[in-house]
Amino acid sequence: MKLITAIIKPHRLEEVRDALSIENISGLTVTEVKGYGRQKGHAELYRGAEYVVAFVPKIKVEIVVEDSIASKAIDAVVSSANTNSIGDGKIFVSTIEHAVRIRTGEINDQAL
Amino acid sequence: MEAQIFQLQYAIDTFYFLVCGALVMWMAAGFSMLEAGLVRTKSTTEILTKNIALFAIACVMYLLVGYDIMYDGGMLLADIALDGASSADELVSSVLAESSEAGFDGGSVYSNASDFFFQVVFVATAMSIVSGAVAERMKLWSFLLFTVVMTSVIYPMEGSWTWGGKDVFGMFALQVGDTGFSDFAGSGIVHMAGAAAALAGVLLLGARKGKYGPNGQVKPIPGANLPLATLGTFILWMGWFGFNGGSVLKLGDISNANAVAMVFLNTNAAAAGGVIGALLTARLLFGKADLTMCLNGALAGLVAITAEPSTPTPLLATLFGAAAGIIVVYSIVLLDKLRIDDPVGAISVHGVVGFFGLMIVPLTNDGASFAAQAFGALVIFAWVFIASLVTWGLIKAIVGIRISDEEEYEGADVSECGMEAYPEFTR
Repeated sequence: MKLITAIIKPHRLEEVRDALSIENISGLTVTEVKGYGRQKGHAELYRGAEYVVAFVPKIKVEIVVEDSIASKAIDAVVSSANTNSIGDGKIFVSTIEHAVRIRTGEINDQAL
Repeated sequence: MEAQIFQLQYAIDTFYFLVCGALVMWMAAGFSMLEAGLVRTKSTTEILTKNIALFAIACVMYLLVGYDIMYDGGMLLADIALDGASSADELVSSVLAESSEAGFDGGSVYSNASDFFFQVVFVATAMSIVSGAVAERMKLWSFLLFTVVMTSVIYPMEGSWTWGGKDVFGMFALQVGDTGFSDFAGSGIVHMAGAAAALAGVLLLGARKGKYGPNGQVKPIPGANLPLATLGTFILWMGWFGFNGGSVLKLGDISNANAVAMVFLNTNAAAAGGVIGALLTARLLFGKADLTMCLNGALAGLVAITAEPSTPTPLLATLFGAAAGIIVVYSIVLLDKLRIDDPVGAISVHGVVGFFGLMIVPLTNDGASFAAQAFGALVIFAWVFIASLVTWGLIKAIVGIRISDEEEYEGADVSECGMEAYPEFTR
């Protein structure tokens, strides 16, 4: 099992969700996060004086999938979250050791 | 028949005066919302408490002594209902006698009590100007203590020299040559006076923590709620029709009705000019359309036209407002460079533009001169600024005026009022 963690632009969330549903990926978790990457935030203006917004609002999407469909899921996120501009975000993939569905006690691939 | 017409004229003028007073009272809501929008969430409860408490204190202190100092209205307003007459019937006949002597087009006729009501809301307006400038860092009770002095002595004194028609400290009249000081509804008497008191307070108080960096850089502290600030500005804009319109003092004949209509028209035109002036200036200076500057621009236009809303043409009123909108943006930026921290821009809007408003009166009003306007402005500013500085200084020496650094970090809401404005917000 793979955990796919994607940091995306907030306004791309609907597209990412739709793209993942088409691939029959049945669940995802979303968190509102703030952070910065190579952009280092951006400047805003208030009453003539500039100030830096050091942490830009982003959405963190977390999906756990079977190993066999991990690459399809990643492709779906990349193509749907891409606006071809800076700040589009990143995807991190890691291995999940164990998963349990709480209601039935099913484990691993059956639990997803 | 004639007596009945005079009765009606008295009734309509009193009614008009009272409605205008109620509109000015509503400006207290405007100031509250504007200030609540331009401070941070952690100072919101405190600024709202200040606004409603200062309004109440102003009403009581002006009733106790202020109105007597300014207009000889009698301490505690003891005789206000009968206005010196021995009975209600005698009052009616004396008013009718005065009216028929002066004629239908004569001077203002209205109830004595309506005059107090109209005047008292102006005191509260002057004091409201102070609360925004000292926001987020002043002790609540020190501010309220100053409110007592400002509304019972400082404002009524300068009011007595101008609208009250008395000599300055009994020594000389506000006059240069043949022309006297002319301030129709109070660009100087109300607005610049409030700003002078605010400036004295801010100088003794210092800037909010974190507003200015060690090398002189300005670090903005954005207001928490711009929808509220915009609503507050619109409320002030509306209330200003009472402020300027009521200051005509009479509605009940054709020429005065025409004057009232011109005042409404020009007041609105100047506010519109102010917004456009500030919007364009902010766009040219900063590259962005700064909403808070637009709001200050509207108020600047209103303050500028207040000294003389009846004589300019509508086009001139718009241009005066636009000039005020331009001035206010530069003034706000300049005050920040001087490290005078005014969270809502009150000193620029009411002080700098209030002075500008006084100085443009002679452009359209033959009865005013630049020298008399400048002299009057100087006397008002010097008195209010020095008296305020002494008062703030005494309060600072005795009980202190500033909350501690830690309290400021936590917010004045918790330290002064023990409650937050938005307790369920996550930070």
